[in-house]
Amino acid sequence: MAIEVHDVSKRFGDFVALDDVCIRVNDGALTALLGPSGSGKSTLLRIIAGLESPDSGEVRIGEEVVTDAPARTRDVGFVFQHYAPFKHMTVHDNVAFGLTVRRRPKAEIRGRVSELLGLVRLDGLADRYPSQLSGGQLQRMALARALAVQPRVLLLDEPFGALDAQVRAELREWLRRLHEEIHVTTIFVTHDQEEAMEVAEQIVVMNKGRIEQAGTPRELYESPRNEFVMSFIGPVNRLGEATFLRPHDIQILPSAAGEGTEALIERVVHLGFEVRVELKLGDGRDIWAQVTRESAQELELHEGQILAVRLPEPRVFAT
Amino acid sequence: MSATPTASATAPGRLKAPALLGGGRSAAGALGKGMIGVYLSVLVLLPVAALLAKAGSGGLDAFWREVSGPQAQAAIKLTLVMSAIVVSVNAVFGTLIAWVLVRDEFPGKRTVNALIDLPFALPTIVAGVVLLALYGTNSPLGIDVAFTRASIALALLFVTLPFVVRSVQPVLIEMDRSMEEAAASLGAGPVTVLRRIVLPTLTPAIVSGVALSFARAVGEFGSLVLITGNLPFKTEVGSVYVFSQIQDENLPAAAAVSVVLLAAALIVLGALTFISRWRSKHVL
Amino acid sequence: MSFSKLGLRTVALGYLALLLLAPVAMIFYRTFEHGIAPVWDAVTAPNAVHAFWLSIEIVAIAVPLNTAFGVGMALLLERGSFKGKALLSTLVDLPFAISPVVVGLALVLVYGKTGWFGDWLIGHGIQVIFSVPGMVLATAVVSLPFVVRETAPVLRELGTDAEQAAATLGAGAWLTFRRITLPAIRWGVVYGVVLTTARALGEFGAVSVVSGRIEGQTQTLPLYVQGQFENFNITGAYASAVVLALLALATLVAMNLLTRRTRRESALTTL
Repeated sequence: MAIEVHDVSKRFGDFVALDDVCIRVNDGALTALLGPSGSGKSTLLRIIAGLESPDSGEVRIGEEVVTDAPARTRDVGFVFQHYAPFKHMTVHDNVAFGLTVRRRPKAEIRGRVSELLGLVRLDGLADRYPSQLSGGQLQRMALARALAVQPRVLLLDEPFGALDAQVRAELREWLRRLHEEIHVTTIFVTHDQEEAMEVAEQIVVMNKGRIEQAGTPRELYESPRNEFVMSFIGPVNRLGEATFLRPHDIQILPSAAGEGTEALIERVVHLGFEVRVELKLGDGRDIWAQVTRESAQELELHEGQILAVRLPEPRVFAT
Repeated sequence: MSATPTASATAPGRLKAPALLGGGRSAAGALGKGMIGVYLSVLVLLPVAALLAKAGSGGLDAFWREVSGPQAQAAIKLTLVMSAIVVSVNAVFGTLIAWVLVRDEFPGKRTVNALIDLPFALPTIVAGVVLLALYGTNSPLGIDVAFTRASIALALLFVTLPFVVRSVQPVLIEMDRSMEEAAASLGAGPVTVLRRIVLPTLTPAIVSGVALSFARAVGEFGSLVLITGNLPFKTEVGSVYVFSQIQDENLPAAAAVSVVLLAAALIVLGALTFISRWRSKHVL
Repeated sequence: MSFSKLGLRTVALGYLALLLLAPVAMIFYRTFEHGIAPVWDAVTAPNAVHAFWLSIEIVAIAVPLNTAFGVGMALLLERGSFKGKALLSTLVDLPFAISPVVVGLALVLVYGKTGWFGDWLIGHGIQVIFSVPGMVLATAVVSLPFVVRETAPVLRELGTDAEQAAATLGAGAWLTFRRITLPAIRWGVVYGVVLTTARALGEFGAVSVVSGRIEGQTQTLPLYVQGQFENFNITGAYASAVVLALLALATLVAMNLLTRRTRRESALTTL
């Protein structure tokens, strides 16, 4: 089911959380709301879910205007940042909650819950209490709970924020596959650009309560609309006021080439496949270049070396 | 009364603790421990032992005769029934007050919050005088409960008010709001959220507040002596009965009923400890 | 603002008003309705003054005792490791479970004329029951748990890191306690002292049993209130009750000034 948000604004006291925000999420899409903390992304998600009400504007789910509808009538699945498990209920009862509230027959509930626990790979843990689960397991239980009622849309608030790096990587991959399987319209909030790029089909970049740009990960990376998007998504060199270069666009030339700009290598950092070369240009500016391990080896890059680099046309944004 | 932990009187001299702060076993540390042992013996251990000894001095039959006499029995029963009624009211209103103090905002909230402790700070005899001034014979409201059983409930409600409020409040403050939001997003209405999410989360705190108020209500004396009139078979509660037996120098009867009151309080408090341990092992 | 919220607020505040506020306000009104002069006369009556000073005397002995021993017991509970810890903890909490009247009775059974130590005490010319020592004992028992129960959690939260650091720097047990531990726990102790004082000042049941309630001799202020009331001297009873109520309000103010809200709420659940 598509989600549309029109001209939504929200203030908390003097703080403007959302300033005239419009987004459209297509039916079945997997979308990330990406931005630094305080950018309004969680507020936007909570407004879509009906957990906050906007000061002005309109929210539609499918064709229906839900702006003033309470959360419980919206048919949205919401996964909270810290999962909000019902601590006094077993995993089974947590997942069954939405169905119980809807007074579905017992047999149906049992079948649906065990199906979902299988989907999130928690079979066998149905009788545990939340306090007996790991962070990753709680996460998946929260997801199963949200999916149990077959929501029209699935909303996740920083779903991987509280997990450690390894579990996080696994769950990202798994969430994407799950989405392919069930194809419910999904929005998740994150402050991690890598996570957004990896998981989402569409990214909405937010900053200070406004939408900076929306598009596919590739569009955002290759044609950022402004300075903020450019520097928030992917690594950058800043070459002065609103002038940027991607580090991997900087070419290090073999010393024999006799062209390009002269540069001094100040430091070479090996990060596995990728090598980060910190350079001082002839005019004194510091930049860094990203090269592969092979080319670093081929060019025998080392500290104190003077060589030539070819700088691409920098991206300049109107300020 | 083998249920009382004090019955197994262990000489406090046996307490083995490191010196002042877990260092070596200095003479000063040992002296300190010894003094604490003596202090506790003088204040608590010996008196409670003497009470149990006096209650059991005539054997079990005599004990039973004392507590099952009509006046004693009536007093004990009245105490337990009144305490049960009062803690039920506390469970409801205490939770409600805690809720309003945590989730609601209104001018003067801080003062109201501070006032909750007034019954703890106010001497019990003053509590009795204060209640009589408003709900006694010359009540300006025309409500006169003096010398009725309602007066017992009123006084007990006053002195036990803070227990449930103060045990529910911190749980409510720390309770994760997103749990309620999750339930709402899953389709639960306000009543369902209250019944299935909020109350189960608060239950341990409510139970603990209820148990503490029960223990307090069973032993309450000061606030009752003036307002209830201490009428045997009508408004005479256990503690007042004990007092009157002491005045009549009938110490075995006083001791026997005392032990019953103490046991009632300890059983409830012991059950509380047991339940909370069981819960922490199995749920939280 | 939803109606249900407004409704809950009304019910909660209404309950508090009827149960707490109105009765207390009423007694202030009744006390001062004929002006301040009769009140002044009542509280300066010789027996009232005597009762007041007797209460102060008892508090002045019982509270320091419970403070010193309370801190000691808290240290023992939190820092010591020994077999009888559960027993110690139970003994400390026991006064909360015992009716004050029963406390009084139990003391009579040990220190009274016919009690365990009765003969010995009489033989040495020491009178405990029906005199000040017994009243101090009774007061100390009922107010025993407060300092321990306020200090112990602070000690637990404090941990032993700083104490161990002091020990590695060569400080002995006493020096470590005085310079490191005590400054860190002092507000917890002070808070416990406030509660102890309030309870000691207002103790009625236990003191009532052991004092004999002799006007002008063994009558504390709460006993005096009762005595005046039962002699139909309502002005005297109200005036003294108001003195005690003011002290209670002062206690509330002190409690609020002393601790942050969360601390106080958790602390009072141990009452």
